[in-house]
Amino acid sequence: MKKTYAMEDLDCAVCAAKMEDAISKLEGVHSVSISYVLQQITIDAQEDKLPQIMKQAQKVCKRVERNCRIIL
Amino acid sequence: MTRKQTVKLIRIIIAVVLTAVAVIISPEGLWALILYLLPWAVVGYDVVTDAVLGIFRGQFLDEKFLMTLATAGAFAVGEHIEAVAVMLFFQIGELFESIAVGKSRKNIRALMDIRPDKATVLRGGEEHTVSPDEVSVGENIVVKPGERIPLDGVIVLGSTTVDTSALTGESLPAELSTGDKVISGTVNLSGVITVQVQSEFAQSTVQRVLELVETASAKKARTEAFITRFAKVYTPCVVAGAVLLAVIPPLLFAGSWSEWIYRGLVFLAVSCPCALVISVPLSFFGGIGRASREGILIKGASYMEVLAKVRTVVLDKTGTLTQGRFSVASVHPADASAEELLRAAAYAESRSLHPIAQSIVAAYSADVDESLITQMQEHTGKGVEAVVQGHRILAGNKGYISSVVNIPDIGKATGTIVYVARDEEYLGYILLSDKVKPDSAQAIGELKALGVERTVMLTGDRRDIAEEIGRELQLDSVFAELLPANKVEAVEELIPEHSPVAFVGDGINDAPVLSRCDVGVAMGGMGSDAAIEAADVVLMDDKLSKLPEAVRISRRTVAIVRQNIIFALAIKALVLILGAVGIAGMWAAIFADVGVMILAILNSMRTLIVRKKKS
Repeated sequence: MKKTYAMEDLDCAVCAAKMEDAISKLEGVHSVSISYVLQQITIDAQEDKLPQIMKQAQKVCKRVERNCRIIL
Repeated sequence: MTRKQTVKLIRIIIAVVLTAVAVIISPEGLWALILYLLPWAVVGYDVVTDAVLGIFRGQFLDEKFLMTLATAGAFAVGEHIEAVAVMLFFQIGELFESIAVGKSRKNIRALMDIRPDKATVLRGGEEHTVSPDEVSVGENIVVKPGERIPLDGVIVLGSTTVDTSALTGESLPAELSTGDKVISGTVNLSGVITVQVQSEFAQSTVQRVLELVETASAKKARTEAFITRFAKVYTPCVVAGAVLLAVIPPLLFAGSWSEWIYRGLVFLAVSCPCALVISVPLSFFGGIGRASREGILIKGASYMEVLAKVRTVVLDKTGTLTQGRFSVASVHPADASAEELLRAAAYAESRSLHPIAQSIVAAYSADVDESLITQMQEHTGKGVEAVVQGHRILAGNKGYISSVVNIPDIGKATGTIVYVARDEEYLGYILLSDKVKPDSAQAIGELKALGVERTVMLTGDRRDIAEEIGRELQLDSVFAELLPANKVEAVEELIPEHSPVAFVGDGINDAPVLSRCDVGVAMGGMGSDAAIEAADVVLMDDKLSKLPEAVRISRRTVAIVRQNIIFALAIKALVLILGAVGIAGMWAAIFADVGVMILAILNSMRTLIVRKKKS
């Protein structure tokens, strides 16, 4: 299932690429794309695992950029 | 400016003043360090904090860490002014980037600000203002002048002019009255109209278009993927270079430590590929936004890259090169009367959405009584079969009808012919004609001028009609009498040698071809769900001249992306080389980092600029 979420305080384009990389490696994620310009994340993942995946994705974002978060 | 940006600006100004004071005083020794650390801390404390905290999270090579390291190193080797300058300009760059990106995001959002937020629905004779998603199909809504039409539907009362420019880029308002379709997202200009809603908000044109544009940025261009991969390698390499440069010469060749550490710091200052990582998506984003203002929806940056270098354009005939509006030119009954022939055909075709079917129904003077039709089956590319009042009626092309009854020779006739049979009896034929769109010839001419090598027309229509249109429009080749499956084969044959191949169709029955070619373009996206789904590029109105425009915008965008990549890489490489041999210092590095980023962003914003078409 494909979903798009807004992001907050994503302040660096290189970081967005790093997050994308790390999130794409999470289990159950088919594809992910983070747009620095639009400040949004589009994720295509297994539907039943989505809540878990988003939780992990949130952690990934925080690890790369302290203040950055996905608005779930 | 947002609050965050204002705060940053104030900190930058304070730091500039403090630095100026320090320069004027020109202190010595420990005082120098303190006086320069002050503006450094004011402007860079958040960078330093993030960098330090980042270490604990395992983020070693992010830009903040590298900037902190570069400036701390510069203080260590006694280059105080440079240390402050690196941090100061880094923050100026960040501020500029955030303003520029925010601005372009706002620009594009404004461009796409077509989402209706309310609908006035008639319930029990009273007007209720509700959210558009609360209106169901079949209800009537009232749209007043100046309001955005919230849902797709048909005008049941009133007449007006409608501004469709937000969706199609067409500046001329459309005049609509009772019975005409209205499209959500367009603006009612002059009269009060009552509209019967035909689709739910979630399926409405405006909703689909917005979804499409908003997800376009998720499909990244090949160039962007390349830059991301490059960035992953670039930073570690440059940082490794910096370390080697700072350590090897002093250790092995007795170089001066401060001299070589300084050169290593120059490397650190240019270690961020920010200019590229930001400007490439920003350019594509701008290009996609720019195109959408013309009513050209591009579903992803990657399609922009394909459009920019397209070599072959394959076009469907009906509805793409021609108006797709057939009109009955003449009716040729065999033994029956003309009225009887037309009636049989109209009944058989009445449930088909094919343009030919609809024009036959339109030509039939009386209404079709749907209850008399008990069965109807459509044979794509052949015709229809229906059971009407117990009679089996067939209407379709020669091959289809002649499999049931014998068709007498009708001589030469230019136009589309629909043969009609009832039970085992041949009733006669109906001749229809279709006109070439007024802008088709010009569009083909423009495509050729843009360097498209081959223009090919595909059609299910007869060879003589196809060839006549091919000659009129000066197309390079024409494939006629194709079934939908043959169209896919024709495109597959072209792909190996003439790729990239673009296919342009009206989206009806085109889905297999649209997905098979390198870039699928659907025309007349307004109101056609199938077209919006299947295509990579959607031209909202049915003007073929938007296609060369799409190619032009794509090329310009790709050119700007290329300029940025070459410019940024060249300057960085130059500074790295000159820095290693000691010619380029910190100031050059600052330019290569922040200066290049600002220039690249400014350049990428040119994608949004509307340029007058060369006539």
